[in-house]
Amino acid sequence: MESNKGIGKIIFTSSLGTLIEWYDFYIFGMLAKTISIQFFPEGNEATALLSTLAIFAAGFLVRPFGAMVFGRLGDMIGRKSTFLLTLILMGGSTFLIGLVPSYKSIGMMAPLLVLLLRLIQGLALGGEYGGAATYVAEYAPANRRGYYTSWIQTTATLGLFVSLGVIMAVKSNLSDAQFNAEWGGWRYPFWVSIILVAVSIYIRLKMEESPLFTALKKEGKTSKHPLKESFGNKSNFKMVLLALFGAVMGQGVIWYTGQFYAQSFLENTAKLDFMQSREILLWAIALGTPFFLVFGALSDRIGRKWIMIGGMLLGAICYRPIFTAFLHDTDINSFVVDVHKPGAPYELIQANITHADTNAVNHTIITNSKSTWKLPNNMQLSESRADTLYNYNMLAGAYLHADQHPVFNGIILPNAKKWKFIFLVWMMIVFVTMAYGPIAAFLVELFPTKIRYTSMSLPYHIGNGVFGGLVPFIATLLSVTFTTDPLVGLWYPIGIASLSAIIGILFLPNKIAQNIKA
Amino acid sequence: MKPLKKLMGLILIILSPVILYFLINGALVNIDVNGKRDINKPIPWIIIITIFTPISVGLGIFGYYAFKGEYDDVNDYAENDHHLQMP
Repeated sequence: MESNKGIGKIIFTSSLGTLIEWYDFYIFGMLAKTISIQFFPEGNEATALLSTLAIFAAGFLVRPFGAMVFGRLGDMIGRKSTFLLTLILMGGSTFLIGLVPSYKSIGMMAPLLVLLLRLIQGLALGGEYGGAATYVAEYAPANRRGYYTSWIQTTATLGLFVSLGVIMAVKSNLSDAQFNAEWGGWRYPFWVSIILVAVSIYIRLKMEESPLFTALKKEGKTSKHPLKESFGNKSNFKMVLLALFGAVMGQGVIWYTGQFYAQSFLENTAKLDFMQSREILLWAIALGTPFFLVFGALSDRIGRKWIMIGGMLLGAICYRPIFTAFLHDTDINSFVVDVHKPGAPYELIQANITHADTNAVNHTIITNSKSTWKLPNNMQLSESRADTLYNYNMLAGAYLHADQHPVFNGIILPNAKKWKFIFLVWMMIVFVTMAYGPIAAFLVELFPTKIRYTSMSLPYHIGNGVFGGLVPFIATLLSVTFTTDPLVGLWYPIGIASLSAIIGILFLPNKIAQNIKA
Repeated sequence: MKPLKKLMGLILIILSPVILYFLINGALVNIDVNGKRDINKPIPWIIIITIFTPISVGLGIFGYYAFKGEYDDVNDYAENDHHLQMP
């Protein structure tokens, strides 16, 4: 076991690589719209199929598979070499995605290559986390294990933060055309990855193997069949099931809902402006991330169990009120009804007509227009209309025949409401830090050294990749089945988090780290 | 606590096939060649049902173990900390 001296370096080197892997995995999802246009054009059944595979197979199938493949390797040849390999695979595939020419240039090879590289990303991610958490835990003193491993827990959220920040920085310095061009700015975040990965590989090469694994290897006690011992041995398999259903399943949906679903909801359902929705998330993450360390350290004093369960239950209780507030504060129904009535209290800030023609009877036909309005409460929003007919032949009388299905979006909240939204998202991030902060320490303590990497990686990736990753799919499924409730999709994370919390309350041990004699 | 654990085990044993039933039923109802959403495409359903079948079986096994009282001594699991000491 490592003394406190030098543990900082171990945490830094492990966390940096894991953060970069999360960054690599997220930028693909964040740039999904642009990637889809470049590699999976609409109207082609084959590319649509490949696109669906890239989205679903990478998270649901390949991540758990990667957990088993690399978990097995990590328990056989060592933690250091294995998570170095996952880093190389992840960094290499991310960089290469940024180099694949578009569908327009090389046809079907483009989506095929991107699918293959995305699957490699999923595979590598499946192997990384378990290695980093195990590595740090095996160095950490028992009474600080929760705190030290909580640094690893910050990496998934910080990876999201960095990917959001890099994409926003690139986007704000380029026009839409420059960003979305075939070799445009959307590729830069992928290229940045190679520099980050190179630095991380250099640092990780200097690391030494975990002391517990080294000692085990010296004694010839490493596992020859980690998969069989993890899942074929009843007493260990029982713990794998307990970890999955009593902790990671609930933590996975809390993690996903508090960060990804919140962002998607703010942009697509609450119709917030692209940049403001991301600004809200960035602030909430920046202010919430330190709590991973707070709850990790607290778990060393009062145990992991009740903190994790507290995060799940708070999420289950608070999600509906929080998302109701998002909907209430961005409600534009009265605006939609009144906007063109004389005397309506709305201020037109900007009106852009991007295409207009005049026909033989002096009618102006506007085929694309976008207006920006300011509401009495200082909220701004955009209104896009198509096919508006406007007659300015004064003899016939002026009239407007506006498009009956305008699109309203791009809501910009006034400052006070923006901070209210930041606070609400921050609350959800704090729930994430409670459920997720102590979980690495909890998982490593549940399994023996010789099969730890394998045993903890699989439930972790099923909980996060499958249960967490299903949040948007099940939300859509519920919303088309029960159409009257706009928040019906939340019943999935609420239900899973509640079930996991109940299982956890009944069955989980509440471990309080202590220095037990060897 | 033990009767509650047994009851929970029983609920999970029942829940295991129910989840699979709802997933398969959801696929049959929502797969639609003319639909544009992910829930209308067969591939996501095939992937989800493939990955959820073993998970659902695992839930049933967990419930069975819980019902048989095999987790009753888990709260005294502190000896596991030995795993994180030098051998």
